[in-house]
Amino acid sequence: MDFIIAKYNYWIYIILMMVGFYAMIAKTNLIKKIIGMNIFQTAIILFFVSIAYKKGGATLPILTSADAHGEHAIQVAQYLNPLPHVLMLTAIVVSIATLGVALAIAIMMYRKYNTLEEDEILKAIK
Amino acid sequence: MIIEQAPALIVIIVLMSAVATPLIGWLRKDLCYFWVILALLASTLCSVSVLNTVMHEGVIHYSMGGWLPPWGIEYVIDHLNAMMLVLITGTSLLVAIYSRRSLEAELPDRTVYFYTLFLLQVTGFLGIVITGDVFNLFVFLEIASLSGYALIATGEEGAPLAAFRYIILGTIGACFYLLGVGYLYMVTGSLNMADLAKILPGLYGSKVVIVAFAFFMVGIALKMALFPLHMWLPDAYTKAPSAASALIAPLMTKIAVYIMLRIMFTVFRPYFSVDLLPVTKILLYAGIIAIFMGAVMALAQRNFKRMLCYIVIAEVGYMVGGVGIANAVAMKGAILHILNDVVMTLGLFAVAGILAYKMKNNEITAFDNIFKKMPFTMAAFLVVALSVIGVPPTCGFFSKWYLIQGSVIAGNWIFVVALLFSSLVNVVLFFRVIEIGYYDFGVSGSGHTHEDCSAVSEAPLSMLIPTFIVAAAIILIGLYNQSILINIINFAVPKL
Repeated sequence: MDFIIAKYNYWIYIILMMVGFYAMIAKTNLIKKIIGMNIFQTAIILFFVSIAYKKGGATLPILTSADAHGEHAIQVAQYLNPLPHVLMLTAIVVSIATLGVALAIAIMMYRKYNTLEEDEILKAIK
Repeated sequence: MIIEQAPALIVIIVLMSAVATPLIGWLRKDLCYFWVILALLASTLCSVSVLNTVMHEGVIHYSMGGWLPPWGIEYVIDHLNAMMLVLITGTSLLVAIYSRRSLEAELPDRTVYFYTLFLLQVTGFLGIVITGDVFNLFVFLEIASLSGYALIATGEEGAPLAAFRYIILGTIGACFYLLGVGYLYMVTGSLNMADLAKILPGLYGSKVVIVAFAFFMVGIALKMALFPLHMWLPDAYTKAPSAASALIAPLMTKIAVYIMLRIMFTVFRPYFSVDLLPVTKILLYAGIIAIFMGAVMALAQRNFKRMLCYIVIAEVGYMVGGVGIANAVAMKGAILHILNDVVMTLGLFAVAGILAYKMKNNEITAFDNIFKKMPFTMAAFLVVALSVIGVPPTCGFFSKWYLIQGSVIAGNWIFVVALLFSSLVNVVLFFRVIEIGYYDFGVSGSGHTHEDCSAVSEAPLSMLIPTFIVAAAIILIGLYNQSILINIINFAVPKL
């Protein structure tokens, strides 16, 4: 039990990822697949954000005074690691672009075949 | 001065030109073609100069914006990626010259957007190869993949569905790669490849590192279309517009092989990826299965372009298997095969594009008497086909030779059998086309045949010249393979 509770952030990310993965693989509706893809990507974003967390009351890295020495020296332990957040900013942009392309292609198919079910589209192609 | 900035210019010229393409298309539509060629020509010159510098002065480190690594993003160019850069820019330049007539036929009202995506795709490829930062590589991988999805979706009937399936699988692959980056960052706190390589050896026992490595390999295998994960490839490449498949088919899978080499031998040490984990054994058998299945499934195809797609899958098996053998000779063969396979696949898909342009049909049975109708195209095809089969003066022979030699040294006979089997199947595949093409079967009835004959003539020069350059390159690489090996590839082989 401790194993689950102590690392609950990883468990949540794994569960979310598997939900998305299942939807991507098993669903035949294209929009459901796209939603699954988005959940999958969001799970990874949550994973990255959670690894930036530090225990012991660390806060946002907003520096009031930047002094490398002396009494205002920057204590790294007091601040969250900002780098994973920044990486995820890029990853969010990537995932939105992927979502956009996927939706555009889904619309293209809907206009042509008047359905969003993969098996019906396959039948229409043959 | 400008030579020092060449590493950055290779990528930036193409990226900025991609942004400017819609504006130029808005002014005058037919200028786009020349604009794309100009941009790619400039980028090709830069990459040739970079290759020259690397050959004479060794590895180039270029800090983007003056931020020093490991904090800033660093471009690192050694012999392996200098070669890849020249390959990518050269291939895309040839495809750009080639694309004009086939685009006029296939996508007459969308050429401007096609060229925009085309340049973005090349940007992605170049960025993947040139960067020395694992997260930056992910971003470029997604740029390349996204523009690839869009290019494929513009193809014939059924292309959107093929592109959609590719999006789903490609995204899973890229996300797995990203997870690998995340796990490595958790234990090392670094994203720079050289820095990771320094920190990681102390952590090789850690389970997190092993999980990261597993995510990397699965993600890259998806992008590479390694056999059980190849499902997206045949549909996507068959249904894409000819010019798009001539760009994507030679480069995407080979660049994924490049990423695999980088992760296995630059980020991780050979000690980890060869000695500590049974990765190379798995890769070797995956490669062997890919070769067998790719060859067998290629035999079952009636569509020429689809047959080529399965050949691509089999060729991926060559390179992965060569890495899996994990000795210096086989590795040399695998890296040489990256070079050869880009050139050969480009030649095959260029010929397929010409045939699609002229015949409006890619069924092999429709190719009767084609040698008489298009002698020059088919002469180029013959050279490419001989190279894929592996006949001595062409380049395909030499990489296969090193692969076989390497596996004999390692005592692995199954891989030798797989390579020979695939060569035999290639003989059958291409001689089937040659046989149909050489004789006049008169399939379409008695009266119609001659009218059809006169309708199909030799391809336009803008398509023929790039195809001929490829055919010439195949022979030249074959003849000068020793100097390529000594000057470039021997430096690129990881020290095992």
